[in-house]
Amino acid sequence: MGVAPPNLLDRRLLFVTGKGGVGKTTIAAALATLAAEQGRRTLVCEVDAKGNLGEFVGSSNLKFQPREVHPGLFAMHMETEESLKEYLRLQLRVPLLSRLGPLARTFDFVATAAPGVKEILTIGKLAYEVRERNYDLVIVDASATGHVVGELASPVAMSELVRVGVVRQQTDWMIEILQDPATTGVVIVTTPEEMPVNETLDLMGRLDAETDIDIAAVIANRVLPELFNRGEEETFEQLDQPEARATLAEVVGEGGPDVIDAARLAVSLRRASATHLTTLRSKLPANLSLVYVPYQFTRTHGMRTTRIVAEHLAQEVL
Amino acid sequence: MARKPVPIVGIEQLAAAKEVLISTGSGGVGKTTTAAAIGAMAAAQLGGKVLVLTVDPARRLANALGLARFGNTETRVSSEAFEEAGVEPRGELWVAMLDTKQSWDDLIRQHAPDAATRDAILANPLYKNITGKFIQGHDYVAMERLYEIHQSGRYDLIVVDTPPTRNAIDFLDAPDRMADFFSSRLLRWLIAPYRSRVIGLASKPFYSVADRVLGSQFLSDIAEFFILFQSMYDGFVERARAVTALLEGPNTTFVVVATLEAAPAREAEFFMRLLDQRDLPLGALVLNKVLPGELLSEEGAAAAHRILAGPSDVAASLRQALPDLEPEAIDHLDRVLVEISENFVNYQIVAKRENEQRAELSRHAAVVASVPVLDRDVADLSGLLRIGEHLWR
Repeated sequence: MGVAPPNLLDRRLLFVTGKGGVGKTTIAAALATLAAEQGRRTLVCEVDAKGNLGEFVGSSNLKFQPREVHPGLFAMHMETEESLKEYLRLQLRVPLLSRLGPLARTFDFVATAAPGVKEILTIGKLAYEVRERNYDLVIVDASATGHVVGELASPVAMSELVRVGVVRQQTDWMIEILQDPATTGVVIVTTPEEMPVNETLDLMGRLDAETDIDIAAVIANRVLPELFNRGEEETFEQLDQPEARATLAEVVGEGGPDVIDAARLAVSLRRASATHLTTLRSKLPANLSLVYVPYQFTRTHGMRTTRIVAEHLAQEVL
Repeated sequence: MARKPVPIVGIEQLAAAKEVLISTGSGGVGKTTTAAAIGAMAAAQLGGKVLVLTVDPARRLANALGLARFGNTETRVSSEAFEEAGVEPRGELWVAMLDTKQSWDDLIRQHAPDAATRDAILANPLYKNITGKFIQGHDYVAMERLYEIHQSGRYDLIVVDTPPTRNAIDFLDAPDRMADFFSSRLLRWLIAPYRSRVIGLASKPFYSVADRVLGSQFLSDIAEFFILFQSMYDGFVERARAVTALLEGPNTTFVVVATLEAAPAREAEFFMRLLDQRDLPLGALVLNKVLPGELLSEEGAAAAHRILAGPSDVAASLRQALPDLEPEAIDHLDRVLVEISENFVNYQIVAKRENEQRAELSRHAAVVASVPVLDRDVADLSGLLRIGEHLWR
């Protein structure tokens, strides 16, 4: 077992997860973009069937077969059936897929019937890329908090269900890769809101209780900027008095008070989010890095967002 | 003079007319809160017995309803909680959370032909795994539970919040998929050798590969599971069909919940199109966390740009007109003016983007309700009812 490297991107396998809607995909794409720009051969893989990673790495229609979307950055979409075929071909040296017709047709049933099969084919494929050193870094745009624990725990769960056979041998090396903090880490993305913060803390508890996988970092996304420092806030309070508001309207036009109201809204939204960030920080282990990514006013979607977030992450201690 | 015809009013009317209201949308958009707010308003104003059935074990929601917690059993929200909110409810508000494992167990107990089968299923390792982690199973059992409660006739209105799947339509297909699953010939083929014990496993290439891959213990666990489930086949398929009929029936309507951010909005649009294709009724679109309309003000933008063009001039004019400003305030005045103006411009960009998004989404829905962005989380029933007021408008 190794020791976690100080730089997040020096690990080999990162699972990016978080509550739905917090910007997992943005962060996964930004981390991958950054890693590739720093010279790492990087694979980013989306697990969600209806994910939109492609839009965040500037490539439409990702497939199971990784595609180089930027120099050194490869992107793929997980398809468990393809993963199964590849696995049978590589691991079991079963070349004649035609003879396995029934297996392919029955795949959906077996996968649905035996929970863990889909998960292990996902995890297995990713761990395989790490084991074979096909990439310096594999970043996974993983499932949301509700399902990611099941995914990450699947090799152990499978090894308990399947006592013998090839699968059993396979789960052993997967577990070794997953449980080594020098190799593998989970990145939890949250936003400074109540439910995402609660789910982050719950997820940390569950990962700790149900897996032996290291949590590498927590990333707070869409953090609103602090508008004023202390002295400025008092000035703003004086500006937000009836007489001052009326005067501002005289000086800059009738929209002056709208500008003040917008600032009032920004201050109160920021204050609410700060409370949740304080809760989060206070409940995280002191040695776990908490990275803030500011809210993007101009763009919240697409390759442009990925680039802005990557530039920001580059400045953080990663 | 004749009275004007009463316009179609929206969610209040839906709550009055329908028996099942399904709140759906992608994760994090406020589905659960919306469902609870609709339920609370219906109980408070329309009367009758209202159940909010949620899949989200949100402690905050429980606390907001004055409950320490609530689980799989239906729990009534006390009338004291309403009194504290200054409301005398006309009806009763009940809540229940969907516990997947518990609901599956109940289902098995109900459908198992005999005690031996029941116990064998409950003890099967695959079954245990399925009920804990099986995502589609989650969808199915949510709809099954809804059906069971609806059939019982215990409530006037059931407001359901759908499971947080990425694909918000999965739950709609769940009953059909479950039926297909159990009626499949392939499935019978798969378990045939275990049934007859006549065909040697190793004699078939498929089984020999499967055996090498998975081991025979695992295969026989799978087979046992399916053989046991086959005994409940008729009951399950019949139920699945009935659940689908309820979802498609005239007493059910859908409320699509979204925020005006790109991803949830797209998911909502996709779902609304899908409802349309399937001839399912879209009752209303609920937009959460909407920025106030004042941010779109042209005058505001003009003022902000005027300040940014010459902040010190504006500050000087203000100082002259406002001799009472404290000296310290004067020191910061330039800076504060620039900050609030940049802030306005920033928020206006977001508000415009949201407005465009809203225009695109609104094309799909006859009823659109907006809930403004709140700087406080919903902490009690009065908070829920405040949201409800926005929905009722």
